[in-house]
Amino acid sequence: MKPPLLASRIEATMHLIPCPYCGPRAEWEFQWGGEAHRPRPDLSADDATWAQYLFERRNTRGPALERWVHRYGCGQWFHLVRDTVSHEVLAVYGVEDRPPDLVVEPTP
Amino acid sequence: MRSGRYSAWRLLREGLSGHRGWGPAWRSPEPQRHYDVVIVGGGGHGLATAYYLARTHGVRRIAVLERGWIGGGNSGRNTTIIRSNYFWPESAALYDFALRQYEQLSRELNFNLMVSQRGLLMLAHTPHDVELGRRTFNAMRLNGIDAEWLDADRILSEVPSLQPSRFPILGGVMQRRAGIARHDAVVWGFARAADSFGVDILQGTEVTGFRTDATGRAVAVLTNRGEIGAGAIGLAVAGSSTQLADLAGFRLPVTSYALQAFVSEPLKPFLDTVLLSPATGCYVSQSDKGELVFGGALDLFPSFAQRGTPPILEQVVAGLLEMFPTLARVRLLRQWAGCVDVVHDSSPILGPTPVPGIAINCGWGTGGFKAIPAGGYLLAHQLATGQPHPMAVPFGLERFSTGRLIDEAAAAGIAH
Amino acid sequence: MTGFRLPSGGQIDRSQPLSFQFDGTAMTGYSGDTLASALLANGVRTVGRSFKYHRRRGIVGAGVEDAGALVTVGTAGRSVPNLKPATVPLYEGLVATPVNVWPSLEMDVRALHQWIAPLLPAGFYNKTFTWPSWHLFEGAIRRAAGFGTAPSAPDPDRYAKAHLSVDVAIVGAGPAGLTAALALATSGVSVVVIDANPRPGGSLALTDPAWAREASATLSRAGVRVLTNSTAFGLYDHGLLGVVEQCAPPGAELSAGRVRERLWLIRAARCLLAPGLIERPLVFANNDRPGVMLAQAVRRYLTVYGVAPAQRWVIATVGDEGHRCAVDLLAAGLDVAAIVDHRAAVTSPAVAAATAAGIPIEWQARLTATLGRRGVEGARIALASGSTRTVACTGVAVHGGWSPTVHLYSQAGGRLAWDDARAAFVPSTPVARVETAFGWSVGEACAAGAAAAARVAQAFQRSTVAVALPTAPPADAPLQPLWEASGAEASAFVDLLSDVTARDIRLAAQENYVSVEHLKRYTTTGMAPDQGKTSNLPALALMAAATDRTIPEVGTTRFRPPFEPISLGVLAHSRRGALLAPSLTLPLAREHLGLGAEMEEYGRWQRPALYPRRGERREETLVREVLAVRNGVGVFDASPLGKIELTGPDAARLLDFISVQTLSTLPVGRVRYHVMLTETGTVLDDGVCARLGPEHFLLSPSSAMASTVATLLDELLQCDFPAWRCLATAVTQGWAVLTLTGPNALALLSALGTDLPLSTLPHMSIATGRVAGLPARVARVSFTGEASYEIAVPSTAAQTLWHAIWAAGTVFDLQPIGLESVLVLRLEKGYLIHGVDTDGETTPDDLGYGGGIARKASDFIGRRSLLRPEQRRSGRRQLVGLTPEDGVTVLPAGGHVLLDDGTPPSDGWVTSSAYSPTLARPVAIGLVADGRARMGARCQIADGDRRIPARIAALCAWDPEGRRLHG
Repeated sequence: MKPPLLASRIEATMHLIPCPYCGPRAEWEFQWGGEAHRPRPDLSADDATWAQYLFERRNTRGPALERWVHRYGCGQWFHLVRDTVSHEVLAVYGVEDRPPDLVVEPTP
Repeated sequence: MRSGRYSAWRLLREGLSGHRGWGPAWRSPEPQRHYDVVIVGGGGHGLATAYYLARTHGVRRIAVLERGWIGGGNSGRNTTIIRSNYFWPESAALYDFALRQYEQLSRELNFNLMVSQRGLLMLAHTPHDVELGRRTFNAMRLNGIDAEWLDADRILSEVPSLQPSRFPILGGVMQRRAGIARHDAVVWGFARAADSFGVDILQGTEVTGFRTDATGRAVAVLTNRGEIGAGAIGLAVAGSSTQLADLAGFRLPVTSYALQAFVSEPLKPFLDTVLLSPATGCYVSQSDKGELVFGGALDLFPSFAQRGTPPILEQVVAGLLEMFPTLARVRLLRQWAGCVDVVHDSSPILGPTPVPGIAINCGWGTGGFKAIPAGGYLLAHQLATGQPHPMAVPFGLERFSTGRLIDEAAAAGIAH
Repeated sequence: MTGFRLPSGGQIDRSQPLSFQFDGTAMTGYSGDTLASALLANGVRTVGRSFKYHRRRGIVGAGVEDAGALVTVGTAGRSVPNLKPATVPLYEGLVATPVNVWPSLEMDVRALHQWIAPLLPAGFYNKTFTWPSWHLFEGAIRRAAGFGTAPSAPDPDRYAKAHLSVDVAIVGAGPAGLTAALALATSGVSVVVIDANPRPGGSLALTDPAWAREASATLSRAGVRVLTNSTAFGLYDHGLLGVVEQCAPPGAELSAGRVRERLWLIRAARCLLAPGLIERPLVFANNDRPGVMLAQAVRRYLTVYGVAPAQRWVIATVGDEGHRCAVDLLAAGLDVAAIVDHRAAVTSPAVAAATAAGIPIEWQARLTATLGRRGVEGARIALASGSTRTVACTGVAVHGGWSPTVHLYSQAGGRLAWDDARAAFVPSTPVARVETAFGWSVGEACAAGAAAAARVAQAFQRSTVAVALPTAPPADAPLQPLWEASGAEASAFVDLLSDVTARDIRLAAQENYVSVEHLKRYTTTGMAPDQGKTSNLPALALMAAATDRTIPEVGTTRFRPPFEPISLGVLAHSRRGALLAPSLTLPLAREHLGLGAEMEEYGRWQRPALYPRRGERREETLVREVLAVRNGVGVFDASPLGKIELTGPDAARLLDFISVQTLSTLPVGRVRYHVMLTETGTVLDDGVCARLGPEHFLLSPSSAMASTVATLLDELLQCDFPAWRCLATAVTQGWAVLTLTGPNALALLSALGTDLPLSTLPHMSIATGRVAGLPARVARVSFTGEASYEIAVPSTAAQTLWHAIWAAGTVFDLQPIGLESVLVLRLEKGYLIHGVDTDGETTPDDLGYGGGIARKASDFIGRRSLLRPEQRRSGRRQLVGLTPEDGVTVLPAGGHVLLDDGTPPSDGWVTSSAYSPTLARPVAIGLVADGRARMGARCQIADGDRRIPARIAALCAWDPEGRRLHG
């Protein structure tokens, strides 16, 4: 008889990418969707402001706030706090939520 | 040169006397308090910048600051391809300038960079690939770059080990002058030549900030070895550009990704050209040591980790075996990754920054190695004259506001 | 002939002899042998030649640490180059050949390199070969380099991939790994054990093989999976362990259905690393001569394989392992001339045993050189007294201390600390999800295994069981490291496979290549297929000595996967041939083939390109199919066209946000062409949008972009406008679409039987009803320039519709139309194909759709970018028609347009081109700088050396007024 699998009971958030709807799944089921919390300027923005929106990125080395989608799974979008050096997932939160307190993002 | 001149004759003489006469290829001096120019980043681009500043512009007091060991970033992690098969005239001018330098740098630097112009062949697998390939081939010819169109029979006779099964080969664009160069030798060659002009190469020197004067001009670099004054500062720090810009107080349109690379065990000569297959995204060459050096596309999310992952490994190897099924029993020796700075249009950023006193060379994406002589030459020009070189003008930061991007992938269909 | 099989002993099966071939000579071994043990038993000393100097090399180790010589095993498509003989299990019929020798192993021409070795130090190629050009020398250097040869034929064997998710993965089934596994076996956590050898046990094979056998039996009873012949090659992010299982030995012929190797990706909540120790060699003159072996490897050959690698031995050691080796040699009936121990005399049980056996021990002595021609014939010893002695011997066993196998730990981000007492780098910092277990002796290893198991169990809130431990030999006396035993001789090797000598290391130091990475790259030490398993530390130590630094100050290079070389085939596993990128199949694929369709791949879809009739040339088929549409009626399969349904009160608002056009004003039942942009203002896709109801739209992106557009809509709705009430559902493969096109399309559709109000259905409209008795959506839109009806039915009804169309179509002389003909039809009409006639820089204005934008009230994706200077400048490339001046030359697609004087730079390019059967002349379109303002202007089309005079023309060459669409 095979012993029961306990892995999912401990450290679930450190195991793979934790889709908030499906649980931890392998990285290749997901698609990175860019940096999170980037408000889109309206048509009145000047060229420089618009260029900042289009191209400038925080490109954080360390815990970064990101959009992800479980593309080859449930199709749902969500936010991750992911360390871009260690690849550890530090938190997962909803697309309408504010980032958790553990991250201090520099103001743009 | 402190290391003396290299030659076959000297090698023979040293060989007979136990090689006791070779001096250091470069010194490891203590930092001085002030330099005319401080270059941050001891990779190929940074060292080439120092070399051209000294040789072409006669600047004498130059330091290159390197956090780790020279050539330890992407200069020492790339797949060593050099080429100038570019679509847009601006890119072609830039990269062919680099290639022309590579063609004679071994003698200029008195250091064998093992530049091997064995040709680079970009395959076309579908009728649409053929049309895009012809578009690129014609663009190269009009840009003054050597290009040949090879039909399928010609390709299979030049590379007989190609045996595709899923993606047939309908033709391809060959640049004969393209090829490979030994990546470490490029770094060491520029370092040794720069050192011979008196450039201080400061390894183990990490930048922790910049000091500006009352006008906002950057006048000094703060490091773990103390403050170093600078008449002008150049940044050439692929993989850390955003972080250095943060320290200096400006933003870049850069996202950093891992780019993985792979080598097989050394084999007897198997492949004489550099080969790139758009259908699988896989490219491969064989080093002079016999290893197959191959790679594929970028990882799909930002990373500073500089390490490989299984999904990309499986994907790239599958692409390689699609081209060369006889390699299935050959074995992978090593897998690693570099950290590349990717810009929206995959073209470099060269020129002044919003902070006076600081110029930058970054954003080469996956293709910085082949551009080292050009990147160094142009950054040197900017630092020495305060003005961008005409060749660098289209690659300034302001293109992101005007929208005048130089997007290779857009028209050529191939990401560079 | 020096090595031989001992008359008895060993853990091989002497009742099962195996015949094999080495370098063309037939030999025999036994079941349980490795190729290395069998070669030694057959008296083979020289197994291969070295990389650079082509020196003779033999067997050095008994496992992955063997850095002596590489061989190719197997023949033709089944050959595997560059294998270490000690890692190849012997099997009946094995064929092995030496690598890098020519013309033969014994008479290797390049052995001459040894005589010019003084001219070939580290980095010699950087200092010369530049005159006149490196190309002159490169060919010869390349031919000399490389080890084995790639197989000459494609691999006939299969590979597999498997996933495993477990609580604990234990790497290494030696004393530490087995103890840990036993302790966890019944604790309720799931465990997998991975070991590279055919049998678990590791060094227990020398001390207590019975315990190891019993341990595996216990594990098997407890349901613990033990993967043997399996190499854990990489420890990746989040505890993902990469393992390759050798299911069959290299080069062997496999019976049908068997897999050669299997790639395991193991997700483990905890990795317990217990991969054991690697024995280090010693650096002295001619330490590479065949006959010089690692001490524990010698013991393994005696004890496990019953093989004596040589008769008369000298042992050079810095610790007790040399003494154990001597005692084992004596017990096997062999001679030990001397133990040369670097240490001042110590007492320990191992030393006592050697002393008791009467073996002469030279303390504080060093073995400085071997002597001999084809292999070891003697050893030179520097005695404590300062005098030198030469001893005749045929084997030299060396022991330079132990290094823990830290590769996976280091890959996972662990940092190493220097253990001065053991003279080794050991794991130090904790790594998430990783436990390490190693010990300097069997006893310590077992204790470390038990402790690591307890830590793992605690993480799962479980407890371990006590394990009855194996017999453990008494502890060793401390070692005294010796990094280089002799002076400046040129032939003291540090890295055997890369041919790196102690002199090379010193040269690197002298030339300031002192960083550990520069050392590695300049001398190539540690870069050969053994990845420096035995050579790394001696190289660091020599660099430290040469630069007055300590070894930890020199540091280590970062270990990278794979731990051991792994075959490319297993990494690609099933992703070969058609499975590399499976193509999509139309619901009507069989029906198309039944009509003689030539299928080709477009995007990922296999679609009919043409339906050639017998004896018809391709151009003839094209003409026939195109004219059938212009003059009668044709049918083509448009099923791959993307289909996304949007429903909800905010659907129209969403569409306005993604489209250049205003889609909210579209009346129900009507269809509108629209263009979508990226946020940077370039064309993302084009297509049509139909309004099926007040809150119900059907979007048709191009087939290549369907999935991208669907993902974009989802992102907008979920992330950016979560309050908007709209659902977007991709239904592309739920519907089959057959398009009737041509002047007789309406009549044919009527003949099919439908309740749709066909006579009142205008161009660019859609209706839902029944066609041929099937529920259907019929859209009157056109991609050919003729009146066309796209009939969409559920995919499951595709065949029914197909047969109904053909039953009704005979009287209309209906013809099937391939995609190639459709592409010509649309080109005559000037309809663009996204990605062919547009590129990543094309804006809506470049296509002629810029006019209405100013009137649109709301923002849309990309709108702001269109206001930037670049998008408003003159000289942008615009999509226009092109006609050859001679009226007959088909312009080459991919050719560039040169305006005015016909010189560079390029003013654009031909994007699509064909001979038009309808107009009986060539037609082409392309992107040309300021093309619309230059209507009628002359230009040159440049294609290679050709220059073809042409003129800029209207985009639409056929029925520009659109009478046929509305008729």
